[in-house]
Amino acid sequence: MTASTSPSASVSTRTSSGPRAPLPGLWQTSLARGQIELKSFFRERQSVVFILAMPAVMLVLLGAIFGKENSAPGVTIGDLYVAGLIGGGVMATSYQNLGLSIAFERERFTLKRLRGTPMPAAAYFAGKIIQVIVAAIAEVVVLLAIGVAFYHLRLPSSLAAWWTFAWVFVLGVAGCSLLGIAASSMVRSAARNGVAVITLPFVVLQFISGVYVPFFLVPGWLSDIAAFFPLEWMCRGMRSVFVPQAVSLEPGHSWQHGQTALVLSAWIVAGLVLCLTTFRWQRRADR
Amino acid sequence: MMDTGWAIWASGLRKSYGGVAAVSGIDLQIAPGEVFALLGPNGAGKTTTVEILEGYRHRDGGEVAVLGLDPQRAGRAWRARIGIVLQLAADAPELTVAEMVGHFAGFYPSPRDPAEVIDLVGLSDKARSRIHALSGGQQRRLDVALGLVGDPELLFLDEPTTGFDPAARRAFWEVIRALSGGGVTVLLTTHYLDEAAALADRVAVISGGVIVAAGSPADLGGRAAAEAVVSWQDSDGRKSERTAEPTRAIAALAARYGGEVPGLTVTRPSLEDVYLDLIGGRP
Repeated sequence: MTASTSPSASVSTRTSSGPRAPLPGLWQTSLARGQIELKSFFRERQSVVFILAMPAVMLVLLGAIFGKENSAPGVTIGDLYVAGLIGGGVMATSYQNLGLSIAFERERFTLKRLRGTPMPAAAYFAGKIIQVIVAAIAEVVVLLAIGVAFYHLRLPSSLAAWWTFAWVFVLGVAGCSLLGIAASSMVRSAARNGVAVITLPFVVLQFISGVYVPFFLVPGWLSDIAAFFPLEWMCRGMRSVFVPQAVSLEPGHSWQHGQTALVLSAWIVAGLVLCLTTFRWQRRADR
Repeated sequence: MMDTGWAIWASGLRKSYGGVAAVSGIDLQIAPGEVFALLGPNGAGKTTTVEILEGYRHRDGGEVAVLGLDPQRAGRAWRARIGIVLQLAADAPELTVAEMVGHFAGFYPSPRDPAEVIDLVGLSDKARSRIHALSGGQQRRLDVALGLVGDPELLFLDEPTTGFDPAARRAFWEVIRALSGGGVTVLLTTHYLDEAAALADRVAVISGGVIVAAGSPADLGGRAAAEAVVSWQDSDGRKSERTAEPTRAIAALAARYGGEVPGLTVTRPSLEDVYLDLIGGRP
């Protein structure tokens, strides 16, 4: 670097006319992207409030209205809401927030600008994954804290339960993130149809998958539809971890972990295929 | 690798959208270290041409080599050697100027010092401000900083001074001149003829997807050789004479008046006259 402070002198020679240094690696650029994503996310108060506080508010409200009712021996509806809203919250941070943010970034040319630099394409997605995982963990912690403080939720003590939590969380985040990325490509204009393409299906899923309405109250034909999508299985997995005594309310009186893993994995594969075939760095009109 | 010796070389470039030709046969040769301006009205094919050269769009036909490589297939190492200043980029509102420039520096193998680049575009006072708090002109200067921080050999500037006040434009021109003096090749698109005249070694006018004229700003469209109009004030009114030899005409006039010619002017078509003629935009 030149030591000069005069602008015109400092540009008079390119600083690197010799042999070029190697390109920054994937690991380094991915961490840099993750850091920038987290800074942007946590500084944008509206998204933090929307993503983190919304499920917490729903939990407090729904819990206050229905929470004390017993739905099975030793199971209150409040307990079921904690587990359901954890599933919904994980999908909100991965699918909904990620999908909308990528749609906005495409529209505002953030993606285009990044594409014009030597940043490895994979680093962009790695940065998003870091942001989603941190936000989703924050979400779970907030909801569990409310559950423990107000609804006598007891955190599981067995390692097996936490292992179940870990794989449901990881598979759920992965599948929903890929779906969010794929859905972002269907958005023509984030302001005009972002809500219709991304938010609306998610709200419907939350009603039929055991987030806003306890799953055992959802009519059979709707729960059959819900079973095609990842959210129902994420919520079911979370119930098995945090409300294991509610197994008598489950279809078939079983947690069906095998099928949960299978459905969530299938969505990862489907999401990946959709992303690889539909992802665009630019708006549709700009190619 | 095509070693053309040119920073940018294009031959017979073509691109159409849904059967409508946007670019229909453009040739370009831009030398290393040159400042080259593409002029033309909106929809003439400027942006399409530049975005093909930047690797954003795929061409339908023709051949292109930018820094010796086909932009359509060039990889990260090639992108590290170019800098792109987009039109209308507005993102990362919650980051500060210093964070954004520092972050982009991290993508390049041998970037410039981010603080130095921020200083260069005149944003030192705003380095710690959030991007959403910048004015339009300041955001534009940030865009320029992001295009420069990788220390490019070739810089693409798409209408860089749109929204600048006159003082900021002059300051920006100085930056481009200094970069050019340091050997950076610059491809600039602009609406402003004075900008092209002030900065460019050569200009090309695009209209209807083809280059209708190219040359130095001084003799674009035969401007230097065009007939001049010599005009003066005679006792019975204003007189004028079109001539290819204005000096001779003035000498004759000087002899006739025995010295000073009253109200003497010599004019040639301005760059704007030539440009408007070329794009058929004259009313």
